[in-house]
Amino acid sequence: MCLGVPGKIVETYQAGGLKMGKVDFGGVVRETCLEYVPQAEVGDYVVIHVGFAISLVSEEEAQATLEILREIMRLEEELGPEPDTR
Amino acid sequence: MKHVTEYRDADLVHVVLDGIRQTVTKPWVLMEICGGQTHAIVRHGIDQLLPTEIELVHGPGCPVCVTPLELIDKSLAIASCTEVIFTSYGDMLRVPGSGSDLFSVRASGGDVRVVYSPLDAVKIAQQNPDREVVFFAIGFETTAPPNAMSVVQAQSLGLKNYSILVSHVRVPPAMHVILGSPHNRVQGFLAAGHVCAVMGYWEYPPIAEKYGVPIVVTGFEPLDIVQGILQATRQLEEGRCEAENAYPRVVTFEGNRPAQKLIERVFEPCDRKWRGIGTIPDSGWRLRQEFAEFDAELRFDVEAIQPDESPLCIAGQILQGLKKPHDCSAFGVKCTPENPLGATMVSSEGACAAYYRYGRHVAGQKQEE
Ligand code: SF4
Repeated sequence: MCLGVPGKIVETYQAGGLKMGKVDFGGVVRETCLEYVPQAEVGDYVVIHVGFAISLVSEEEAQATLEILREIMRLEEELGPEPDTR
Repeated sequence: MKHVTEYRDADLVHVVLDGIRQTVTKPWVLMEICGGQTHAIVRHGIDQLLPTEIELVHGPGCPVCVTPLELIDKSLAIASCTEVIFTSYGDMLRVPGSGSDLFSVRASGGDVRVVYSPLDAVKIAQQNPDREVVFFAIGFETTAPPNAMSVVQAQSLGLKNYSILVSHVRVPPAMHVILGSPHNRVQGFLAAGHVCAVMGYWEYPPIAEKYGVPIVVTGFEPLDIVQGILQATRQLEEGRCEAENAYPRVVTFEGNRPAQKLIERVFEPCDRKWRGIGTIPDSGWRLRQEFAEFDAELRFDVEAIQPDESPLCIAGQILQGLKKPHDCSAFGVKCTPENPLGATMVSSEGACAAYYRYGRHVAGQKQEE
């Protein structure tokens, strides 16, 4: 149940006194409550849990993590895998 | 899908798995707290890709599994009332109470509806002013902000026919119970990423220090999970025990402040019983006095229920990492998803359900031989 899915905000609006938005999950668009991510704007990625955005995804952090791993992979491809010395 | 696909890239996963292989020198037992992670681990076969030194045990982070039987029985009693529309996340419908489940209540005429979000339940209450709408508010820290918002929203709309049956639990008190047990085997934790998205991980450094265990905030995709395992293993091998974040694109140290504020406004800490485990002090949230009118337990007179648990079910020990599903004599025999004896067999986050679905019938196979 604590599953959260990242989606992209495509629209924001007010409804019933709440900050709401339309969030696109790779083609499927759902209404989402954005009250807990007041700083979020159209184009941002948010993690959605039971119809609420609970976190704004940090692009910098996402890129940093992937870059390190891709760099290791490039090196391994160039040098061949590090021998397991155990 | 962005922020998903990259984290399922098999080549990148293998880079991290190589890292784990190069790091590990002796056996370690890690616990993933969240049942969502348990399912991801078993579904992607991560447990089988890891070096044999690393054993994963499965934690209590399955809200459906730990919701106490008494409360399931209360939900059945409330849902059976003719004036009630009982709303719930779909997972709860097949959870066995003492004698029945919500699914059967619906089959015999109860108005039980599955909702995706608690705000949907509020909408149903708006549309049905002459009915009582009750929402089954179970969950960990992740689900508390949505449930709290539904109460605040119902209040601001002036709804008199909305209430919630609360069974909120919190992760850190359960970690204390697991680590404090004389039988504990857990040497490091993968902390639940989405619990931490809401709460941050400022509660964890004291736990890491007190018990000498690394705690690594971990996400849900295969790459996130192996990364969490790598960081925990590295700490263990280096003799460190710190609270670290392997899910920084989603989790910050402070967590989601607006969400924490609303939780605090609506809920207060209380002792809470966990199914199969027992009462854990200060491990739950209940509605504050100011919101008592939204408390389904007060609105419906369902106090004196004597629950009756299956004597075969060892889910409580599984949820504390002391046993595995195939250690249960009923697993796959008397207990299946179609005829569950315990909640852990029906929940999409239950370890028994994961082992059954993905064919980890080790004990069952041995019996057949
Ligand atoms: S297999 Fe069924 S009876 Fe055994 S522990 Fe799991 S839920 Fe309980």
